[in-house]
Amino acid sequence: MSGPQMERREFLKFSLAAGGGLLIGFSLPEADMLATAQAQSATVFMPNAFVRIGTDDRVTVIVNHSEMGQGVYTALPMLLAEELDADWNKVGFESAPVDPKYNHPVFGMQITGGSSSVWSAFEQFRKAGAAARAMLIAAAAQQWNANPATLRTDSGAVLDGTNRKLTYGQLAEAAAKMTPPTEVALKDPKTFKLIGKPVKRLDTSEKVNGKAVFGIDVKMPGMLAAVVARPPIFGATMKSFDDSRARSMPGVRKIVAVPSGVAVIADSFWQAKMARESLHIDWDDSAMHTFSTSQMMQQFREQAKSPGTRVRREGDPDTAFSQAAKKIEAVYEFPYLPHAMMEPLNCAVDLRADSCEIWTGTQFQTVDRANAAKIAGLPPEKVQIHTTYLGGGFGRRANPQSDFVVEAVHVAKAVGAPVKVVWTREDDMQGGWYRPAFLHAIAGGIDSSGNAVSWRSRLVGQSIFAGTMFESLMKGKEYDPASVEGVDDLPYAIPNLAVESHKADVKVPVQWWRSVGHSHTGFATECFIDELATLAQKDPYQFRRALLPKHPRHLAVLDLAAQKAGWGKPLSKGRGRGIAVHFAFESYNAQVAEVSVEDGKIRVHRIVSAVDCGHYVNPGIIAAQLEGGAIFGASAALFQELTFENGRLQQTNFHTFPMMRMNECPEIETHIVESNEKSGGIGEPGVPCTAPAIANAIFAATGKRIRKLPIRMTEAV
Amino acid sequence: MVSFSVNKRRVNLDVDPSTPLLWALRENLGLTGTKYGCGIAQCGACTVHLNGEAIRSCVAPVSRAAGKEVTTIEGLSSDLSHPLQRAWIAEDVPQCGYCQSGQLMSAALLLREKPQPTDEDIDEAMTGNICRCGTYPRIRKAIHRAAGMMAKGEAR
Repeated sequence: MSGPQMERREFLKFSLAAGGGLLIGFSLPEADMLATAQAQSATVFMPNAFVRIGTDDRVTVIVNHSEMGQGVYTALPMLLAEELDADWNKVGFESAPVDPKYNHPVFGMQITGGSSSVWSAFEQFRKAGAAARAMLIAAAAQQWNANPATLRTDSGAVLDGTNRKLTYGQLAEAAAKMTPPTEVALKDPKTFKLIGKPVKRLDTSEKVNGKAVFGIDVKMPGMLAAVVARPPIFGATMKSFDDSRARSMPGVRKIVAVPSGVAVIADSFWQAKMARESLHIDWDDSAMHTFSTSQMMQQFREQAKSPGTRVRREGDPDTAFSQAAKKIEAVYEFPYLPHAMMEPLNCAVDLRADSCEIWTGTQFQTVDRANAAKIAGLPPEKVQIHTTYLGGGFGRRANPQSDFVVEAVHVAKAVGAPVKVVWTREDDMQGGWYRPAFLHAIAGGIDSSGNAVSWRSRLVGQSIFAGTMFESLMKGKEYDPASVEGVDDLPYAIPNLAVESHKADVKVPVQWWRSVGHSHTGFATECFIDELATLAQKDPYQFRRALLPKHPRHLAVLDLAAQKAGWGKPLSKGRGRGIAVHFAFESYNAQVAEVSVEDGKIRVHRIVSAVDCGHYVNPGIIAAQLEGGAIFGASAALFQELTFENGRLQQTNFHTFPMMRMNECPEIETHIVESNEKSGGIGEPGVPCTAPAIANAIFAATGKRIRKLPIRMTEAV
Repeated sequence: MVSFSVNKRRVNLDVDPSTPLLWALRENLGLTGTKYGCGIAQCGACTVHLNGEAIRSCVAPVSRAAGKEVTTIEGLSSDLSHPLQRAWIAEDVPQCGYCQSGQLMSAALLLREKPQPTDEDIDEAMTGNICRCGTYPRIRKAIHRAAGMMAKGEAR
């Protein structure tokens, strides 16, 4: 298994250097047997792997990214339909099978992550649509004995100068006999009809009548249900188990040890779950039975007192700090966080002697297929993954070890029948692969005129990449780029700057969580810059502006958010405004939060979020992602943490791990900067600014600084 | 044997009466539109109507439904014509969509009891339904929109 082919930043440099005119030579993967087999009977024209056109005029776009709420089943079809000049009312979508032809063009595998779906598909899907269009035109030209150059297309049909018209359905059969073009002309963006418009999502209907099929809804003939009793403490191993009572419970088919625990397989989920409660398992939990997060944080604090691995160093931060007119030191703490998708993990497997069919909501098809194949004892080509809708992903369903898929294949192997493994909410929350806990120790100083002159960030936390196939991304670096992203590129013009990283040696499984490193670096940097502004007795918005002379895109979102939020205008008594700006996943976001605190209870009244995500595809979806990102960020800021005592996780379900609810939800206003820059991400960039904007607003309202998440006024300083 | 009606259809289920209604609907009746989210009545994903009351089907034993009428998301309308479904589509409410069946069933009860709900009414009725994607602002708008449609007589 190789890692991503190119790092994101290298890719951007490369693609910027490569530039691009309108006429681009390219090769698109062809349709193959697999995709054709999935095709409906009306289909006759499948010019490439991404589109099928039926004689019924239906255009089906095959989407190689997973739909987990972020809108790819709409945004990617829009890209293709734009260049195809399709009739949008006839456009549908389908999830791609696992096949190298559906690999992410930059990451080199089939994956949904890194807020990369739209930018990675931006040209690929347009070219696929343009190629299909060229073949349809060629077919019409042949029928009319006309010069293709004199023909035009509109709304799913080819037309000539006399308004003769053939629909794409009418042309489908003939178009299938045309030679695919080797190069295509792409539209001038000024002529876009779909791209840039708030087109309604294509997947809404089946999400409001219960028909959308998520992994947990998959049914197949003879399918059994399974739950797995997993270790109560990370790293624990099973010594023995007693299933004498469970075995005789209704519906139970088999109880068997699998590498991840003890699987209980029954006719139905509920029977399996009830039987699991009757198991007696003796675990050896000596590996981590004394682990506690409060002790771990104490250790992190100690570690942060010594210099870490150098990530970035400019000027002479130590001397500048010691000579600063005023200085401040702050320690910021962040807890472990689970993804807590509404749909708990699950995976259905039909394992046969020479095939393995998997139905699940995954973000990681290529990796899952490779890992599943090893367990199934089959070559990867014999393993197929049917990607269902994902009831939320947020990174959890892109697991480097394919934990929930591999386990289900083990269970299928043990039971010898089609089986669906379902995780309970408790299983899901206690199952690991969390956003790592982190500590940032920051020291900074200003000169006598109030200019920021020094900044030193020291980070302590677990590496996400270490020990995974993605370790190659660390490429000889002594630190994990996913730990320091968002502070390694601190945009503020501070002449003496140091960023240092300490690795933490903790065995809690960690993973990417919506916005990854930015989920903590955004908070630490944007709260500390606010603290420096206060030290300099300057307005926090203006203080940031002055430090961003070389970052016009940061400035533009900062100005837009401040202006729309009415920065500087009087607020009612007890309310405060806070601001934050951050760059992540190739997009710029700024947020202003309006907050009040009464009897220690925090109320977020309003959030204004402004984004520059480059050339955008669907402003409606972007607004939704900014709204959702702010709520995701606010939930983490206000409520959420995972803590361990004696090795045991203290949170199990939504009563101990709260989510923001309707009555707590602020008014959220979103604004998009018009831009012709290359497309950036949108799923994650809207998260990092929310927590610091809220914390800075609390300072404005109360004079108290928040340095630990989730926010507790009793711990404010 | 437990007998009740689901979406106006009579059913007789040979199932342990202590089985939660949620799993009877999903596994015995194949009505998978109703979702499992927490199993402890904390998230609302499993909300259905039992004799017109909104209940959390994950903690209601199927025996509680005996002789009663259950309405699930599949029974809200057969053709997306319910004002809430139309409003949900108009406001592009769902993201991942997993919690939306429960959101809609809670909202349907709210509108029946309060055809012109205030924001406070919406808070009260909808606070038991969690959405991890953060669609709350759009749910609020869609409920107001549906109420408007019903007031103008655009309801079914």
